[in-house]
Amino acid sequence: MQFGLNESQEFLRDSARKFFAAECPIAEVRRLMETDTAFDADLWSKLSEQGYTGIIFPEEFGGVGLGIVELVLLMEEAGRALLPGPFFSTVVFAGSLLDSLATKEQRRKYLAPICRGEARSTVAFCEPQGSWDLADVHLTATNGKLNGEKLFVPDAAVADWILVAARNGVFLVDSKAPGIGIERMHGMDLTRRLYSVQFEGTPAEKLGEIAGLARPRAIATVALAAEMVGGMQRTLDITVEYAKTRKQFGKPIGMFQAVQHQCADMYLETESARSAVYYAAWALQHNAPDAAAAVSIAKLYLSDASRSVGNRGIQVHGGMGFTWESDLHLYYRRAKASETALGDATFHRERLARLTIDARAVSAEKA
Amino acid sequence: MDLNLTPGEVAFRDEFRAWLEANVPKDWAEWREKPLEESFPYLRAWQRKLQEGGWAAVSWPKEYGGRGATLMQQAIFWEEMARLEAPPMANALGLGLIGPTIIAYGTDAQKKRFIPKILSAQEIWCQGFSEPNAGSDLAALQTEARRDNGYYVVNGQKVWTSYGWVGDWCELVVRTDPTVPKHKGLTVLLVDMKSPGVEVRPLRQMTGESEFNEIFFRDVRVAVENVLGKVNDGWNVAVSTLMHERGAYGARLIPIFKRNINRLIELSRKIQRHGQPAAQDPVLRQKLAQCYAEVEIMRLNQLRAFSRITATGAPGPEGSIQKLFWSELNQRLQQLAQEMLGPYGQLLASDPRAVDQGLWSYGYLRSRGNTIEAGTSEIQRNIIGHFVLGLPRSY
Repeated sequence: MQFGLNESQEFLRDSARKFFAAECPIAEVRRLMETDTAFDADLWSKLSEQGYTGIIFPEEFGGVGLGIVELVLLMEEAGRALLPGPFFSTVVFAGSLLDSLATKEQRRKYLAPICRGEARSTVAFCEPQGSWDLADVHLTATNGKLNGEKLFVPDAAVADWILVAARNGVFLVDSKAPGIGIERMHGMDLTRRLYSVQFEGTPAEKLGEIAGLARPRAIATVALAAEMVGGMQRTLDITVEYAKTRKQFGKPIGMFQAVQHQCADMYLETESARSAVYYAAWALQHNAPDAAAAVSIAKLYLSDASRSVGNRGIQVHGGMGFTWESDLHLYYRRAKASETALGDATFHRERLARLTIDARAVSAEKA
Repeated sequence: MDLNLTPGEVAFRDEFRAWLEANVPKDWAEWREKPLEESFPYLRAWQRKLQEGGWAAVSWPKEYGGRGATLMQQAIFWEEMARLEAPPMANALGLGLIGPTIIAYGTDAQKKRFIPKILSAQEIWCQGFSEPNAGSDLAALQTEARRDNGYYVVNGQKVWTSYGWVGDWCELVVRTDPTVPKHKGLTVLLVDMKSPGVEVRPLRQMTGESEFNEIFFRDVRVAVENVLGKVNDGWNVAVSTLMHERGAYGARLIPIFKRNINRLIELSRKIQRHGQPAAQDPVLRQKLAQCYAEVEIMRLNQLRAFSRITATGAPGPEGSIQKLFWSELNQRLQQLAQEMLGPYGQLLASDPRAVDQGLWSYGYLRSRGNTIEAGTSEIQRNIIGHFVLGLPRSY
């Protein structure tokens, strides 16, 4: 058993770190968050030149064919850089959904352009009650047409296609189709935009059954958690650096145990989060029997721990941490948005309870 | 990254599992609730049996009677021990902490003299580190050893000594040079506990038991050949022992924690809360799931640490992360058990209505010591702050 990264995984991580440091420094993040969509076409084509837009997809559709462990390493670095825009919605969520659900022809038509960096997409799941439970999806396609509303849809304004979870299947909608209305929702995270999407007799193409959502959703959940780990690591690094240089009472504040212990807890939470995410990625990749539990463990831990690390980081920074100028709040905002996306800690604890407490009760009854 | 067991690991597991299935004593259940004083000869015999099978100290190099097991194989070893509910070994500190320190620092004569009897449980070892005025600040210890010809003469007091009451030998940290800065004047002595002037007293802890002892040394004479490592280099020798204490110990706890959370889940189906099984109570479900997740993360952290140690070749401060994580997690787990059991949680083993023979009331009280023993949580956070994150020392 070997829980470390191999050479090619380390190479991928290191080159991604260099790429984001060069192409997406925090000044660029701040520039993009002031734009309408937080999307930049140049940055997007650079992401695709690296092969990142096709990272986990089969080569026959123009992908790179890497695994979920590699995807989470990339997402961790993207999270560290606070990469703005639709990478998560397009590649991670919509891409995985197309890859696991769509026919070969549909994949050629919709997945291949994503791999090539020519198209963007997103997934519309939540409805007005704001639930990530499949049972709360009520939108239904009738005669190939959608009527209703989806909320909290990331990056819908820059998507070419919106993949819609409906009661009777997963459907693809052209974002320029008749009867579609896309409006911005004003969320905390300024680097990843959320939208409401209205459908009024909007034509929709069926991709597959709703049950097929499980795996792409698991991949998206663990990748989002990986992105959160990257944000935690960056918050920790910034905070430790600050604690070493900021002086009060004539000493660096990092000399005081009250501050040291905050940093130690941030480290503990970040490392624990990373363990949970790496394992979940490996378990998904290898279809381990505990993969579903591992994904929920990662997301429930990350949802709480990323907030906790953000809180501690800002606390250590004191007044400076509360300013707009400090980068910490940008990570803090992303952490809050990611905390609820794809289910918060409460949601995943309940899911884990069903998998562990209830499932075992069922098997015990049988035995 | 490959989280499947390698063929070598599978072979190791299967061999040990088969050996355990054939050799684990069937009557352990009758002994486990008895006081340690009574069951100790039983545990010595069990360790001898493991030694005869070559399983007493799998982590040790082959030349010293071990199997040169990798960290992962060690984890497998403890998992199998827990799975078959095997009794613990009598000489836990000798095998886990002190033996490896003697192998690392001892002379050939010392290794020849001590190692075989550690393995066979003929000589039980204890650890004389903490003192009434030297707990977290271990290097401030005051027990002194004055050189007198071929001997050191030891005077002082140790406290929180596990196995002191049954110890034949003690790894004792003493001050041999009071004139230099505190870390630099320490030496480790291997002390025969039957020497004149050694007095062992029980230290009763809040659970009511006496797991630990106080040891008093009055003009105890220790031959110079029983210095472990170099004179005045005792801090490094002692730290090596502490690293073993924090490092691999976590791996031994994982199967125990897994068993405890699974037992709690089992109990949650039987215990009624607000007119339904606790397993259906939305709040308790959340807490059980959280605890289940944290036990799993403890396991994953350990596996990642093992891979890192294997890659770098040396255990580092990651032991502090494990110690911090498991000790605080156990307190949360025990509190959750209390919440679930309600008024029954408090019942001691002596009460016929106690759940699981008082396991949970005992566990609750015992876990209170977890964040103090083997380095307090505060000390572990200091170590992470300074040695991992590079923050300036606070003291």
